Amino acid sequence: MSTMSIFQIAGSALAAQSQRMNVTASNLANADSVSDPRGHPYRARQVVFQMMPVSGAGQAAPIGGVRTAGVLESAAPPRLQYDPFHPLANAAGYVAMPNVDVVAQTVDLISASRSYQANVEVINTAKSLMVRTLSIGQ
Amino acid sequence: MIDRLGQEFGFYQTALGLRQQRQEVLASNIANADTPRYKARDFDFSSALREALGGPKGLPSVALTLTSSRHIPAAAASAGQVDWLYRQPLQPSLDGNTVDMNVERVQFADNTVRYQAGLSLISQRMKIMMAALQQ
Repeated sequence: MSTMSIFQIAGSALAAQSQRMNVTASNLANADSVSDPRGHPYRARQVVFQMMPVSGAGQAAPIGGVRTAGVLESAAPPRLQYDPFHPLANAAGYVAMPNVDVVAQTVDLISASRSYQANVEVINTAKSLMVRTLSIGQ
Repeated sequence: MIDRLGQEFGFYQTALGLRQQRQEVLASNIANADTPRYKARDFDFSSALREALGGPKGLPSVALTLTSSRHIPAAAASAGQVDWLYRQPLQPSLDGNTVDMNVERVQFADNTVRYQAGLSLISQRMKIMMAALQQ
């Protein structure tokens, strides 16, 4: 239980936020992927965060970092696009496109990068405080 | 003589320890700004310092002695000296998270400055003690 646990907390948040950015990048890249390896249209993914209590802290102390509890697939219905000459079009002439909401994904990406920056700031502050603590009495 | 020196620095040590603990909980709030159903925590520094200086409070942590493999391990953790509180959210959010990033960042900066002030006070105190010792 020392300044080290701040690095542990903010570091776990950096890892979690960068995983969120990875998933968003995957969603944006596959916004037009009509077919995945299973033959279905791509489904948008979303990470779910969970609090992770810091090891070493007492049971009473409610502090902790973040971990990703899982990556869920969106249950939203696929976007249907009318394109009768497309090889994957159904009998009515519609193609099932991925259910990726590009605007929402972009907003999520901005939110993740802001959170990442805030945690980098926390690490820098904790680092400078630690350096000053080590030079007490000099 | 040496125990007098310890008393001299005990106050600053306790204060810096609590500042450190507050820094940790604020870092935890900032890290969990996007965690669903996370409730932001904090504690009142002045009352925590008063309690910490008032001597040991509550019972120490205890655990049962196990003499058989069929005993159930049980432990009672001490509540510690800090009274953990929940932050009142100014604006509710849909996912049940009560972290307000602006509040947390301001509190974090404030706590940083006060921690540095504590460090400066310790350094000053040490200089005074050294001057007295060298007389």
